[in-house]
This record gives sequence, structure tokens and C-alpha cells, in this order.
Amino acid sequence: MPRIIASLIGAAFVFVLAIALFGTAKTAIQDPAAESAEHVFHLRPENIHLPSNGFFGKFDNRQLQRGFQVYKEVCSACHSLKYVAFRDLTKIGYTDPEVKAIANQWVIEQPSINPETGEAATRKNVPSDHFPSPFANEVAARAANNNALPPDLSLMTKAREDGPNYIHALITGYRPQPAALLKEFPGAKTPQGLHYNPYFANLNIAMPPPLTSDGQVTYSDGTKATKDQMARDVAAFLTWTAEPNLNARHAAGLAAGIFLLIFCFLAWGAYQNVWRDVKH
Amino acid sequence: MSFPWAKHYEPKQPLMRWLDEKLPLPRLVYNAVGAGYPVPRNLNYFWNFGVLAGAALAIQIITGVVLAMHYAANAGVAFGSVESIMRDVNAGWFLRYAHANGASMFLLVVYIHIGRGLYYGSYKAPREMVWLLGVVIFLLMMATAFMGYVLPWGQMSFWGAQVITGFFSAIPLVGDTIRIWLLGGFAPDNAALNRFFSLHYLLPFVTAGVIILHIWALHIPGSNNPTGVEVKGEQDTVPFHPYYTAKDAVGLGVFLLVFAALIFFSPNLLGHPDNYIEANPLSTPAHIVPEWYFLPFYAILKSFTADFILPAKLWGVLAMFGSILLLFFLPWLDSSPVRSANFRPKYRMFLGILLFDVLVLGYVGGAEANARNVILGQLASAYYFAHFLIILPWVARSERPRPLPNSITEAVLAKHGGTSPAKSAVATAAHA
Repeated sequence: MPRIIASLIGAAFVFVLAIALFGTAKTAIQDPAAESAEHVFHLRPENIHLPSNGFFGKFDNRQLQRGFQVYKEVCSACHSLKYVAFRDLTKIGYTDPEVKAIANQWVIEQPSINPETGEAATRKNVPSDHFPSPFANEVAARAANNNALPPDLSLMTKAREDGPNYIHALITGYRPQPAALLKEFPGAKTPQGLHYNPYFANLNIAMPPPLTSDGQVTYSDGTKATKDQMARDVAAFLTWTAEPNLNARHAAGLAAGIFLLIFCFLAWGAYQNVWRDVKH
Repeated sequence: MSFPWAKHYEPKQPLMRWLDEKLPLPRLVYNAVGAGYPVPRNLNYFWNFGVLAGAALAIQIITGVVLAMHYAANAGVAFGSVESIMRDVNAGWFLRYAHANGASMFLLVVYIHIGRGLYYGSYKAPREMVWLLGVVIFLLMMATAFMGYVLPWGQMSFWGAQVITGFFSAIPLVGDTIRIWLLGGFAPDNAALNRFFSLHYLLPFVTAGVIILHIWALHIPGSNNPTGVEVKGEQDTVPFHPYYTAKDAVGLGVFLLVFAALIFFSPNLLGHPDNYIEANPLSTPAHIVPEWYFLPFYAILKSFTADFILPAKLWGVLAMFGSILLLFFLPWLDSSPVRSANFRPKYRMFLGILLFDVLVLGYVGGAEANARNVILGQLASAYYFAHFLIILPWVARSERPRPLPNSITEAVLAKHGGTSPAKSAVATAAHA
């Protein structure tokens, strides 16, 4: 009896699934899903082989400093970096006086209050401050950017699939909309105020091309500031802002791996020893 | 409880003797996971996974308690507090990555543990209670994992909570009221986050309690083994310590190696990038997907796309919960007296199909919902229910089991080419 009840319940689920399957198949045949421009023309980013990749990967501080310079001179006009503090820059090779100077000279000041009147005011940044947002609030940010909100960049390389490669591909990937796309999808013309970029999920991004010419930034270490180089450097810098403890993590991982391999070896030996005379 | 030849705890040190008289806690441990628990001598590495699950729970509780010292369960600051753990707390990144990946490792070893039970018939009499308590543990783990995933308050946290609590609104008439009551609002917000944090802290300790019952229930009939033949005498068993403590140490080492590879070299492999974006009720992610360990059940939910008497959504929710709850009836659904699938050719084949089927469901659960994937999910869901509710109850009728060994020792000696049965496994060791 329980077997019959179970089989009836099972048969009910299978029957309902069969009806659902029939419906799905019918829709798929009568009304096949149309291809979309995003589906056909979206590109996957290429691997930029950052020095921080792989088991032995470590940040290259000179590259991070170049990337910071790109952030400071280009990105920071619109994008905040709210989870990173000025003091964190000591971890990429800046000295304490340098960090103090960077904070002090930062164009956007920290929101504060006037100590005498209590009215809203701003003050110069100090190393313990987090990077200030270029806009007072979301409404101000949208008002200045054609109703688009420039996202915070602190976690960007972890918040996107294939993050660092994506950043590099996106900021070097702007191009005119291909004629083939318009021929195939006449309705998919990039709207006014947006920019065609095949690496962006829906192909049309609100951000104008941030890197417009080689030499936009002048690197103090003599590296030639091509668009590709600047994009790589800022991708490396944002990898660091998203995962500042990567060096420590990789080093601890190698030590833990060696320790655990020895542990496994010893445990295996103990196991063989304990069981040596028992057939099993 | 236990076999008559089980070793007895005899403390030699005066301090331990004194303690044993006042509070026989060392005796309890000795009988539970020490030399006082006789275990079949032929267990393979699949029997490591219970201990590994225990280790995973311990790691989760330890890392979780420390994380809770730094985390703030408030919708306004939760996301930021997780970032400050990652950046400013000493070894905070390690604690958080260990805890997040620890959940995956815990579910992984538990799935293998459940699979072991299915293959070797560990759910059958006399071990039904062990199995039932195991299913309770599994349900508690799923609830805990879900609520833990909500705590970082990223996009997937928020929208996952939205989808999962939405299941309750499928209940006819009172569904919406129940959902609002459970969430403390119309959508997940501070009230929901706070109660999830409270329950996420509570449930692991409930789980630990049920694990004690699980082990207690196990010790009455003793462990199953790869032949599925019951222990006949002393020669069939070895003491848990040192024999299986040594073997479990090997498994623990390999488990920790895999775990360390995830934590230190690919900590975000199993996560979703969207969860590094702070929760935003006004922006729905393109694809809402649960963590990998829920994908097969999510695929079952999504497969019910047709209204038939009941609305499609209710069918989906019933089927999804049903797919787990039917495990409670497994000991009575399977009528074969033979436990191990090694001796059940047909059941073994169907179980192989089920394994493949669950992997397909996992793929469909995470994949784009196009016609091909939906149909794949519907076929795979149908097999899932057919396997447990139609095939399993009847397969034993037409199945001819292969001949079983008379005893564990006979099976072991046959494997080694020997014929003379020894009196005791350990005695063999002593004489050899």
C-alpha cells in the first residue's frame, strides 16, 4: 500500500512536468526566442596577465602607483573609492609623508562642520580619511552625469565577472557601432548620450570613453602612457583596492599548502602503520 | 548499546579515575569516538565524510563566532562592516573567506555523505533513525546556509532572500500574510536581516545537538559497511581508535588541502560577483541564482511552468520541498533487504542515473532559462521524482541480488585471496 501511494504521488509530479514540458516545447516551436544584439555582439574580455595572478602572484607596487595616478587624474573625477583610506596607500609603497601630502592635496575635501557655527563645511583630507566621493550624494551624481550613477570602484574587480580583464577591456573597448549590428538589429541603435562598447553587458554604456589619447597621464617612472598601458595599470590598481590583502593571502596559502602536504604525508604513514597487520 | 566485545574504559591515572567517578565524560568520549566503539574493519574512504562534516561544522562555528564580533547586522551598515572585516580586522579576510568557503565545503562533504548512504543502503533498518536525523541536519544546514548568505547584504543576498521568502506567498489564501510576517515587512529589510542573523547564530548549535543524537542513534546498531552485511562477531570489527582515527586523519588532511586551495587561491570562485555590490531594492540583477549547493533544487522549482489545477508556482514550491522531504520516507520506500548497491545491479544502475540527473539539475539551475535548458530541467526533475517514488519501491521485485558474503571477514579475506577466517581482526594483527 505505501508503495502504491508513493508511486501515485510520483506519477502526479511526472504528469505535471510532462504538461509543463509540452507547453515549453510548444512555445519554443511556435514562438522561438528572438536573438538579441547583446547576445550576438557582446565580447568576452581578453586576459591581461596581471602580476597578481596565479599561485605565486604578487602586486607590482610600481604598477599600482601608476594605476593610482590614473585613478587620481582620470577616474576620480566621477568615481568614488569609499572603502579605501589614504593610509592604505602605504601598502603600495608610498611613505607616510607622501601619503600625508596626497591626502592634503586631494582636490575633493572631506565633508565636515564648521567648528564655530556648526554649519556644513569641508576640511582637508588626512591619512585616516577614506577617499571622499566626488559628489555630495546620489542625486548630485546623477544630475551631473545625464542621470547615470558612476559606481564606486573599491570593489569593482570583484563585482564583475572576470573583473580586472573586464576593466581593461571596457575602457579600451569603445568603438563605433558596427554596421553589421545595425543591419541585423535595426532597433538596436545606440541611444543619444550613450556610447557603444561591446564589453558592456547591454552594449551601450553611459560612461564616455575615459582614456582618449596616449600620454593623457604623465608617468613619473618613465613608462610610456599608452591607452592600453593606462588601462592595464588602473585594472591592477583596482584589483588591489578590491583585494588589498592578496599578497598576504598568497603567501599564507603557500605556507598552509606545504604544512598540509606534510600533515597528509605523516597521516598517511600513521595510517599505514596502524593498519599494517589488519586485512581490510 | 554497542557490541559485547567492545573495550571498556579503564582509567589508570588517579585524576582520570576521580573524574570518571564524578562525571564520566571521558568514558562517554571513549565509547563514542574512541577505542570503545567497535567498527567494521572494511570501511572505505567514503566513511570519512561524517567526521569531515563534523570538522566542517566546528570550523564554521569557530570562524563564525569571531566574525560575529565584527559584523553589524543592520541593513545600513552590514555591507560596509563586511568590507571592514576584509580590510581592517586582523586576518579578517582569512576568517571571512574560511567561513564563506567553509559553507561550500560543509555542503560538499554532506552531499558525499548522503550519497554514501544511498549507495550502501545505510538508511535501511536498523539505521532508519540515523537517516531521519541526518535529513533533519541537512534541512537545518540548508536554512543556516541560506540565512548566512543574506548577511553580507549584497545584491544576491537581498534578491536571494526576496526569491526564497517568496516561496511562502505561493501558499493559497494566507501566503502573503505569512511571508510578510516572516520577513517583518513587505520586502527584506532591517527586520529580516536581524532575525536572519539571530537564527543564523542559533541554528548551528541546534545542528550540533542533532548531530549528537545522530551519532547516538548510530551507536546502537553500529556503523554500516561496504558489504552491507551486519557485523557477526569480534573478527569483523576494529576499535574506532586508533584504526579509524588514523584513517580519518588522512581524509581530514586532503579535505583541508582542498579547503585551503579555495580560501587562499580562489576565494571567490564559488561566489557570485553581484554579491560585491551592496543590496539595492530598486535594481534587480540580470540573473538571480542561489549558491551552487541549492542549484538542483532551484532547477526543480523552475521546471514547473504549467498551471494544472494548482498554479505553476505552487507546484514548483511543493516539488522543491517535496524533493527533500521525500528523503524522510526513503527507509520505507526501498523494499529490498539487501543494503549495498554493490550487490544490487539494477538499483546500482538507477543510482548512477540519479547522480548524473542531479548534476544535470545543478547545471540547469544555474544556466540561462532558454527552451533547451528548461526542457532539460523538466526531464531531469521527472527522473528525480520517478527514481525515488516509482522506481525505488518496485525495483527490488525484478532484481536479482548478487550473492552476499557470509560475513565482513569473509569478504575481506576473499579480497586478499585468503580463506581461513581469523578469530579477530585485532587478534590477527597481534599474531601476525
